[in-house]
Amino acid sequence: MTRLSAFMRYVWAVADAEIRKLRHDPWELLTRAVQPSLWLLVFGGVMGRVRELPTGGFAYVDFLVPGILAQSVLFVAIFYGISIIWERDLGILQKYLVSPAPRTALVLGKAVSAGVRGLSQAVIVYVLALFLGIATQFRPGAILGVIILILLGSALFSTLSLIVACLVKTRERFMGIGQVLTMPIFFASNAIYPLSLMPTWLRTISVANPLTYQVDGLRALMLQGGASALSLELDFTVLVGTTTLLVLLAAGLYPRMVT
Amino acid sequence: MAMAQLHSSGAALGVAAVLFSNGALSETYGVSRQCPGDPYKEEMTTGPMSAVRTIELTKRFGGVTAVDAVSLEVPAGQLFGLIGPNGAGKSTLIKILTTLLSPTRGRAWVAGFDVTTHPHEVRRRIGYVPQLLSADGALTGYENLLVSARLYGVARATQERRIHEALDLMGLTDAGRTLVRAYSGGMIRRLEIAQGMLHRPAVLFMDEPTVALDPVARRTVWAHVRELRSLFGTTMVLTTHYMEEVEALCETVAIIHQGCIVAMGAPTELKAQVSADANLDDVFVRFTGASIEAGGGYREVRRARRTAQALS
Ligand SMILES: Nc1ncnc2c1ncn2[C@@H]1O[C@H](COP(=O)(O)OP(=O)(O)O)[C@@H](O)[C@H]1O
Ligand SMILES: [Mg+2]
Repeated sequence: MTRLSAFMRYVWAVADAEIRKLRHDPWELLTRAVQPSLWLLVFGGVMGRVRELPTGGFAYVDFLVPGILAQSVLFVAIFYGISIIWERDLGILQKYLVSPAPRTALVLGKAVSAGVRGLSQAVIVYVLALFLGIATQFRPGAILGVIILILLGSALFSTLSLIVACLVKTRERFMGIGQVLTMPIFFASNAIYPLSLMPTWLRTISVANPLTYQVDGLRALMLQGGASALSLELDFTVLVGTTTLLVLLAAGLYPRMVT
Repeated sequence: MAMAQLHSSGAALGVAAVLFSNGALSETYGVSRQCPGDPYKEEMTTGPMSAVRTIELTKRFGGVTAVDAVSLEVPAGQLFGLIGPNGAGKSTLIKILTTLLSPTRGRAWVAGFDVTTHPHEVRRRIGYVPQLLSADGALTGYENLLVSARLYGVARATQERRIHEALDLMGLTDAGRTLVRAYSGGMIRRLEIAQGMLHRPAVLFMDEPTVALDPVARRTVWAHVRELRSLFGTTMVLTTHYMEEVEALCETVAIIHQGCIVAMGAPTELKAQVSADANLDDVFVRFTGASIEAGGGYREVRRARRTAQALS
């Protein structure tokens, strides 16, 4: 128990530092409202005119909202590696790695702070949804589920990003790979169209894509009358399992950043 | 045209190389460029009293031998200086001792523990001020110290007191709530040293603590380093390429050149070995066959400059 609380204290040390930075400079969060707004207002507005999409009885914009939330969380998290490379290029990371804090705690701390950024995205998307008159759920259980899904998705993709950063090590190469990675993760998922509409090859990729499970869970929990196409248990299991694996892998690779 | 220019500057370098070349000096002084094998072998049984001990510590990066069979011993409580030009291997040696890099060959103990087999034990007992900028500019001085206190496991009960004490000791009390972005280079270094000392380490490693600082800021850092040591008796290992820094602070100095320790001893002792009125620059030339200014390729200079830039 004391070991766990010591571990959590290390996680908190890293996460709290990031949260304090956001408090000093909250502008970044506001600029991040632009992208989901465009997707929902413009893309959702136009695509909503297409009547044939099998969105399970929802208006297309309703269907789109959880997908766009997952997308903005993904976009925030996937470039997390850049900040790690930045911290390495200064000497901040070196000092973290010389501390007695376990590497897994350092990685999880970053994941948690990505989660906080992700939650700020959720607030933005919920406000947009209200504005668009979308029937969102506010049941405490559903809200809690959404919070957990966002924390998991943020942790998963920020850790994936951290792994990429540990492998490529330079900002230039990371930017290239970041771009290459983001679009397939986004398009090979159920974020903007349902699985049932996909050709078989795309569906095969999509069910191997963690984003699909995050979107599926969000669809069930965000919308009134929403239902999971895959099952909520499966969604959470896949996300928790993948995140755990990635955190362990990242903790092993983290020290490579300074060699 | 360009060729001619290149050629003439090459010739100038050539002259310098002859002036400082090893061959010439070897004849004059009988210096051997050979790395000493292991001058401490007979003392291998000396144990717990040394804060840092290495045996034939070696680190290779591909074809480059950054640290070459370094054997040294730093007694507990000492302020030990490692001096050498850019690219000599100082940072690499410090990174091995702070568990950031693993050695290619050889062994090292810090605070009584082997850095390779017990890195965790070592980390709990050391502080580290990297050559690069390690304070976070987007946080205040207080917040930087808070992160360090948590990461280095300072007990929650003493945390606040330690942080305020640290700010006070380093002359940063008024700047505690200011973002580090707005600090001067000297203030940042003082903050970083405070971060490294917060958990009262047995050994504090400082990699070029005053690089890129103006002379006044440098002297202030020295004064604070001396004060910390007299208060806490911490063993301190610092690297530098400033002779005055060694003179001002260190009880023992090791001269490192191309990865090898070529001389070690008290500054006065080393000077006496060269001549009655020698300064440490003479000592450096005598033992390495090069001026300290001559060292460093593009890569090293770029790295040192980047630090300088980040600090200014
Ligand atoms: N990660 C690395 N990969 C390859 N070579 C390196 C690396 N780090 C240092 N070196 C090389 O090792 C030598 C010693 O570098 P360093 O320890 O940084 O010297 P100093 O700190 O004395 O300036 C230099 O030639 C440098 O280029
Ligand atoms: Mg260096």
